[in-house]
Amino acid sequence: MQDKKELKVSAIRNGTVIDHIPSQNLFSVINILGLNKIGTQVTFGFNLESKKLGKKAIIKVADKFFEDDEINKISLVAPDAKLNIIRDYQVVKKRVVSVPDEITAIAKCMNPKCISNHEDITTRFDVIQKKPIQLKCLYCEKITDQHHLEII
Amino acid sequence: MKNRSLVSINDYSPAEILEILNLAAEFEKNPGQALLTGYVVATLFFEPSTRTRLSFESAINRLGGRVIGFSDSSSSSVSKGESLKDTILTVSNYSDLIVMRHPLEGSAQYASEVSPVPIINAGDGAHQHPTQTLLDLYSIRKTQGRLDNLKICMVGDLKYGRTVHSLLIAMSAFQPLFTFIAPEELKMPDEYKHLLDKKGIPYQEHRDIADNLNDADIIYMTRVQRERFSDPLEYEKVKNVYILRDSMLTNTKSNMRILHPLPRVNEINPDVDSNPKAYYFEQALNGVYTRMAIISKILGVK
Repeated sequence: MQDKKELKVSAIRNGTVIDHIPSQNLFSVINILGLNKIGTQVTFGFNLESKKLGKKAIIKVADKFFEDDEINKISLVAPDAKLNIIRDYQVVKKRVVSVPDEITAIAKCMNPKCISNHEDITTRFDVIQKKPIQLKCLYCEKITDQHHLEII
Repeated sequence: MKNRSLVSINDYSPAEILEILNLAAEFEKNPGQALLTGYVVATLFFEPSTRTRLSFESAINRLGGRVIGFSDSSSSSVSKGESLKDTILTVSNYSDLIVMRHPLEGSAQYASEVSPVPIINAGDGAHQHPTQTLLDLYSIRKTQGRLDNLKICMVGDLKYGRTVHSLLIAMSAFQPLFTFIAPEELKMPDEYKHLLDKKGIPYQEHRDIADNLNDADIIYMTRVQRERFSDPLEYEKVKNVYILRDSMLTNTKSNMRILHPLPRVNEINPDVDSNPKAYYFEQALNGVYTRMAIISKILGVK
């Protein structure tokens, strides 16, 4: 019985495990990937011990396989995330996320005088540096850096 | 250029810039051309800028077009809380072209995305003011006979001055030599110096005006504003240092001309005004011809 219970919480038959998410950004990742609206089973762990990140979070999404474009969106909040693609309880593929060249609708421009902070506008940025991240707003052309990055 | 919005000076290639300047020269020779009969141009000034608005309206009127618009958002539906998008979509029904000035950065880009008619950016916060840059280029070419291989000396607030940044970018296509004269707190930002380094364009930086003006072909003056200083003492120290006086011009080149985007406060002493090297008021007149050229190109009547 113990095994079965453990199995239900921590393992998925088919789907994706997203590991090494900084704990404080777990809910950003959930929002960015739309996991709050998904129909399949989602489990997550929060404030788990991590040698690398201190506290990490992990998300397991059953029966869901992400496209590259889709998963790369989380690179802003979880740049070190690692994905395990699971089929029939086996890890069939591992991958890391990479920062895309353009970011749409995720980040907020740090310039308080930018029009995107005053009208109902989908923000758009060119990624001019990937690590640490630097985003150039396509409206005001000001740079938003990692330190000032805010996720919508 | 037909039907294309002008949001940033980067929207025009060097060849297109020259095309605008050539047409502006044509309008200077023959200003009374009724090319815009039957056209309506909207001038939407969400913040007041009398000089820029009158320059645009003069240009439209000289071309025989009609002007609608407002000069201050307090007298428009914006004060009722209307979004920029709604204002632009509404006014685009009434006009063939929208000239807009707005305090928020990126507003002109956004307006150009939602508007079915072209937009001319007449200043969006501290971001861009491309028609100012084009009239500066026109003034430089008119006084020097060319745009290439000129020594341009920029003085004053080089950190926040959007006119100097846009001019630097536009001029960098024409092999210039730059001299930057500014107080420590208002130096030319690194991003612009990197851009020059990348293009192999030489520049010098100095703190003092004296002795650094003599080889310049153009002196571009800007205002040093009190609100730019975090330390009021620093402002008091430099406020009287970056003032151009007639006595400083004795050894400058005879072809040298002084430009200033205006309004001037005290950074050019009035004793300079009668010196033939002072060019800032003619520069303002050039703005009308340049804007006539830009509007004609965008509406496709030239």
